[in-house]
Amino acid sequence: MTKRLELPELADQLVAAARDNEQLEVCVSRNRSTTVKAYSGQVESVRSGMSEAAGIRIVIDGRQGFASAGSLDSEVLSQLVEEARENLTFAERDPHQGIAAPDDVVPPNLDLSDPAVLQVTENERSSVAIELEQRCLSSDPRVNSVRSAAWSDGWGEFALASTSGISIHSEGGSCSVGVQPLAVDGDETQIGYAGDAARRPDALDLDRVVTEAVENATGMLGATKPASEQLTVVFEPSVAAAFLGTIAGALTGDRVIKGRSPFADRLGEQIASPKLVLFDDPTNIESLGADNHDGEGLATRKNLLIEDGVLSNYLHNSYTARRAGVQSTGSAVRSARSTPGVGIHALCLVPGTGDRNELFAQIGSGVYVRGVNGLHSGVNPVSGDFSVGAYGHHIKDGVLGAPFREATIASTLQRMLLDVVAIGGDFEFLPTGSGVASIAIADVALSGM
Amino acid sequence: MGASMNSPLVDREIIQNALSTAMSNGGEWAEVFVEDRQSASTEFDEGRVEAMVSSRDLGAGIRVTVGDATGFAHTSDMSPTGLNEAAQAAAAAARGGAQITPVALRGTGTAETRAAILPASVPKARKVELLQKTDTAARDEDAAITQVTVRYSEGRRRVLVANTDGVFNADDQTRTLLSVNCVASGDQGLQTGRETVGYTVGFELFDDHDVEAMARRAAGRAITKLSARPAPSGQLPVVIERGGGGVLFHEACGHGLEADLVNKGASVFRDRIGELVAAPSVTLVDDGTMGVEWGTVAIDDEGCPTQKNVLIEDGVLTDYMWDHLRSRSEGRPASGNGRRQSYQHLPMVRMTNTYVTNGEAEPQDIIADTQNGVYVAQLGGGQVNTATGDFVFGMTEAYLIENGEITAPLREGNLIGNGPDVLRHIEVIGNDFAMGSPGTCGKDGQGVPVGDGQPTLRVAALTIGGTAS
Repeated sequence: MTKRLELPELADQLVAAARDNEQLEVCVSRNRSTTVKAYSGQVESVRSGMSEAAGIRIVIDGRQGFASAGSLDSEVLSQLVEEARENLTFAERDPHQGIAAPDDVVPPNLDLSDPAVLQVTENERSSVAIELEQRCLSSDPRVNSVRSAAWSDGWGEFALASTSGISIHSEGGSCSVGVQPLAVDGDETQIGYAGDAARRPDALDLDRVVTEAVENATGMLGATKPASEQLTVVFEPSVAAAFLGTIAGALTGDRVIKGRSPFADRLGEQIASPKLVLFDDPTNIESLGADNHDGEGLATRKNLLIEDGVLSNYLHNSYTARRAGVQSTGSAVRSARSTPGVGIHALCLVPGTGDRNELFAQIGSGVYVRGVNGLHSGVNPVSGDFSVGAYGHHIKDGVLGAPFREATIASTLQRMLLDVVAIGGDFEFLPTGSGVASIAIADVALSGM
Repeated sequence: MGASMNSPLVDREIIQNALSTAMSNGGEWAEVFVEDRQSASTEFDEGRVEAMVSSRDLGAGIRVTVGDATGFAHTSDMSPTGLNEAAQAAAAAARGGAQITPVALRGTGTAETRAAILPASVPKARKVELLQKTDTAARDEDAAITQVTVRYSEGRRRVLVANTDGVFNADDQTRTLLSVNCVASGDQGLQTGRETVGYTVGFELFDDHDVEAMARRAAGRAITKLSARPAPSGQLPVVIERGGGGVLFHEACGHGLEADLVNKGASVFRDRIGELVAAPSVTLVDDGTMGVEWGTVAIDDEGCPTQKNVLIEDGVLTDYMWDHLRSRSEGRPASGNGRRQSYQHLPMVRMTNTYVTNGEAEPQDIIADTQNGVYVAQLGGGQVNTATGDFVFGMTEAYLIENGEITAPLREGNLIGNGPDVLRHIEVIGNDFAMGSPGTCGKDGQGVPVGDGQPTLRVAALTIGGTAS
């Protein structure tokens, strides 16, 4: 076995091998993770492993080539350099293509590597998984089994270096839990889900996970197919995050520049209700999406996307920024295995006031959507068509009513933004890194019977 | 490593040692899964090669079971030491059982490629030419086509599976795919059209498939949709064109027939073997041996040869799909449905190629006999809640049917139905069976390639998730 190099050392070594006419960028990473699942009061499976990855991007005269591998073996790495070199000869010259050049933005200097997660023992993992299952079972007589109760933790290290002088290194860990109880009533079965993630084990809220997961399953018992009508929908925070994530995707530089966004060429226009303020803020350590650097090694920064309904910015990596004639917004997203794309790190909205019940009271009638499915099949971020399967509860006379299922909700992304009528005060950071609250959107088509 | 075509990915003795180590804490059964994956893709966007990328992954996953408990560890360190360490880690997580001596490995542990032309052997310049040709054909179709993305990808995945029952089997899987996505721009905004061709074959794919015709179809879809009207909101009869609707069965009942979900009570189809669960005209098959289809593999990722499994016959539920763990605990043979995304994952029960067999109706009669409804020509993906059976699937090309005729194009949207209800309400099945586009099925965070297919058919009622009342 060859000597195991530290990642920054490895990355710098590879960068030093670049030829004079080459821009070369190296990403290397090492991750280890363990997942324990419980079933019937016992450990069902323990899965652990270590993975490595390397990605090398070379640009010569506006031509880009990339190669990656799941290994840090020195022989594999030198092959990657050769492959990236060969690949770039087939790319056409693009004057905007290139690796990121350092800018003068100072990274937020967040401490994201809490060692507590490294202290977790095999025993603790199993006990939490088993506890999650058992607590779901004992919290409601209608919960008769739990499909999956899982604990995961992991630690990752990442280094990026390039011929433009960028050299960064980061490491950190996280842990998460998730549970799927089954609630049964007669012939009917409903499956619930809830989970949590954090950088420290003691920051996980197991009480909340159990309560939410069980409520998710039992609350849907007796759900029926609703009548079709035009109404106001209230998205619970995770659904709101999925909706806003789709919007943010249509505000990324690559989509906008290439004419694949309904929001292209609309900076400064009122594209949403004045109630909506949307931004991406990876500098906020409260979010699990927080980071000091983006996927090209530039400092992350807070980017305002929509301010009081007005489109204020698009997100860019260094390539899309060069094409648009602006500065990168530090929004490159990637793993060592891929070329940098553009995306959100920690999407947030500014919450309204009042709890969810106040929101229902304000709406009067409509539906409360607890979950959607088919986001990948019924939402077209180019045309803006939005149609997804939905389940949740009716809102009647300003209060939460009976559950519904087997329905869809539909509108267009463009209309929905303008139709935001209220934003809840129930702000929370989700395990995905988004900071969101419930949002109410008027004039949506509910299709059922 | 440098394993040649005719020797196993890892030597027999090394594997045998790793299995012994894996059993050393009292494991009852152990498995070594080795995977060597090489893939490459090229994206052609805005009329030029945007990125040509290649990747390589080699690693092993080692699994040990004791009773219902599984220990699993994966590593990319393929040295005997690396494998031994992974075996120890897996063994530490599954302790207890009796001292069982592994059975000596049978089989050769080797496999021949079934690809006529290995894509890696084809000059990259030829692949670029192919992309250019496809792009030009799409752009030439109509001036309203404003963007075209063509993506080519090739992957060769060699696997070796060995276990303490003596299994020592390998497979050499090559898949090649080309997709084209068009954006058309009109008075009412942007629309998209997509077409994909992909099979479990090598570069000979392009001897049999005309990429230019495919590009024109994708462009045509986007153009047609420029004049699309909002889809209806509510329940209507739905006719699904052959090939396009296999995903309906994949979601409506495929997932619900996976034994792991059934065993945990998370399927509406539990305890229903022998019962009439669908219209008597419905026969549903999952077949991993099906020619060069996208979900075809010689062995599953547990070393079990794939086979043709009839799941529903003339409307009666005949069997579920099985992996090693579930079939072993039921004391029955596995069905070749144990699959995993990569060596880093535990296998689960997964579909391969899932399809509904031919009925007797002429497809044009099915349309003509539909007074008012929706005709779905191309579907997007879908998703199911197996506990309730509620499932959605997207329509990416659809039309109204008015008085027995296909009329106005519709904007995109999801359809929603309930699996058991929909199966009972399949009114008529055509005689024009076809397989659909290649798909990736996601389950618990793992994606695997799957195929699906069906003849033209009509469902009495599905909820259309449009906006037009």
